[in-house]
Amino acid sequence: MLNPSLNLNSHLFNRDVELASMRAGFGEGLVNAGKADKDVVALCADLTESLQMEAFKQKFPNRFIEIGVAEQNLVTVASGLAMAGKIPFIGSYAIFSPGRNWEQIRTTVCYNDVPVKIIGSHAGVTVGADGGSHQALEDIALMRVLPRMVVICPCDAIEARKATEASAKTDQPTYMRLGRDKTPIMTGEKTPFDIGKAHIVYQSERLTGSSCDIGIIATGPILYRALRVAKKLSEEGKAVRVMNLSTIKPLDEKAIIKLARDAGAIVTVEDHQIAGGMGSAVAECLAEHFPVPIEFVGIKDRFGQSGTPQELVKHYGIDEMHIYDAVHRAMLRKK
Amino acid sequence: MRSRGSIDCRLHKMLLTQDKIKLLEKKAAAIRRSIVEMLIEARSGHLAGAMGMADIFTYLYFHALKHDPKNPKWKYRDRLVLSNGHICPALYATMAHAGYFPVRELETLRKFGSRLQGHPHRDFLPSLETSSGPLGSGLSQTIGMALSDRIDSGKSSGRQYYCMMSDGELDEGNSWEAIMLAGKEKIQNLTVIVDRNNIQIDGFTEDIMPLNPLADKWRSFNWHVQEVNGHDFSEIDRAVGEAHAVYDRPSVIIAHTIPSKGIPEFERKFEWHGKAPTTAEEIKVALRAVK
Repeated sequence: MLNPSLNLNSHLFNRDVELASMRAGFGEGLVNAGKADKDVVALCADLTESLQMEAFKQKFPNRFIEIGVAEQNLVTVASGLAMAGKIPFIGSYAIFSPGRNWEQIRTTVCYNDVPVKIIGSHAGVTVGADGGSHQALEDIALMRVLPRMVVICPCDAIEARKATEASAKTDQPTYMRLGRDKTPIMTGEKTPFDIGKAHIVYQSERLTGSSCDIGIIATGPILYRALRVAKKLSEEGKAVRVMNLSTIKPLDEKAIIKLARDAGAIVTVEDHQIAGGMGSAVAECLAEHFPVPIEFVGIKDRFGQSGTPQELVKHYGIDEMHIYDAVHRAMLRKK
Repeated sequence: MRSRGSIDCRLHKMLLTQDKIKLLEKKAAAIRRSIVEMLIEARSGHLAGAMGMADIFTYLYFHALKHDPKNPKWKYRDRLVLSNGHICPALYATMAHAGYFPVRELETLRKFGSRLQGHPHRDFLPSLETSSGPLGSGLSQTIGMALSDRIDSGKSSGRQYYCMMSDGELDEGNSWEAIMLAGKEKIQNLTVIVDRNNIQIDGFTEDIMPLNPLADKWRSFNWHVQEVNGHDFSEIDRAVGEAHAVYDRPSVIIAHTIPSKGIPEFERKFEWHGKAPTTAEEIKVALRAVK
């Protein structure tokens, strides 16, 4: 059952679960952040409407800068703004920013230690029809390797809004990853969100003590698929816990180690390359502190292609059946 | 704006008198000596560009810049961003002589724990405006600072924004993205000084990746363009004064400089772009030239 203390969307297992765009959540959060702090500014690289930054632009025309199709300039201008005391949010597709401008992010944002907020949309194979060139599958790896960078991967539109508002209040470089699709609303207005805090969002009804059969850790909208698998496994008599790991860096090591201790085996789930992604971060933590078998559900060293999100999720091995199989493989490996 | 022509120093905060020029020449000589000594001590570093830009750094820090070495974060200071971070020995030496930190600290260049990192890093030396090294990003950062100023103060801000760039770094696409944006935004309190020394690591710029006609390139991006002898304080001063007076677009001063200026044996040789005098003979030649 859903963790009752988190005030999650109680209808999320319904067929007609409400869908919403994470980009819209970001756009709303950006306006709120702009209202709360006059130093919040926004920059875009010719994708203002797609990134849902239009509302900010209308409301604060003096604080919005259109850079054109130039992502290296996008982040370096933001660096200068941040050095002068602003909190710049820069929006583009993840494949371009942080894809194309990685060195500029490293040097002018992280090395310079300024609070630029990088918003990368169209991450994951669920981008769909645009094809592999536009499906960022490497961005988590690119960002989490950078010293000082905070990496957030919200699970839905509401969390994207809260993450935007929260990141505007920190003085750290931050990357926030968004998908293209409308995705199921899983959290609620009252669901807590804190940067760096992971939550167990689901546990099987039969669970009374702390130990369970398997722990699933998911990041981003694919959490929805993990939750559906967990429900099925629970109905089949397994004792399952699911964690929403929406901040990948800094990693909530305490929560991850506790889950590994309770479950004895972990499955990580992400719409990103397995190499260097969220699962890698979890594995680094557990290998050092509490080694347990881990199965990784993610993209296996391949590029995406055109198709519907559902076709692609199935083809690339990150659908519900793959999560389900990974759970069983992980449980078999338990000592 | 090109036809605006020469503007005298009235718009400038200080008159550049003949006495002041003599003073600047003395300072520049001391700064060149420091650059040579620190590179010899470090046994590595970029000599040619640092020596070539010594006069311009001297002019800026001892004449043009509004700044306070004892209060480096002074809110109303002009900003100077070094985009081509590899010539930081010139910046460090000038800052030391201007009083930001003790001149003797220059000996620590490129050594473990030093505030004077091989390429500038604000973590170690917070009085720097930016950390730099990788080329082509400094102008964008300067534009960001100027835009922030415009958001806060409107167009009337009294601060000047200077960005020092090399000619070689104009190979970088990021540079031209920035040049395009500054033209679009008509950032009138921005002055770029390009070190036109015609060399880069692999050879002469016009052999490696031709930049000419360089002035026309900038002009076509809607910049006010001037060319000066980068070793003539009067010319530099006149151009900076004019750059400040131009109100409807950003300004670039293409400063023709001699790489390794001050050490005749090394001048104009691209081989000295990225190295320091290390052999006994090289050290002797370099020290003799700057004594």
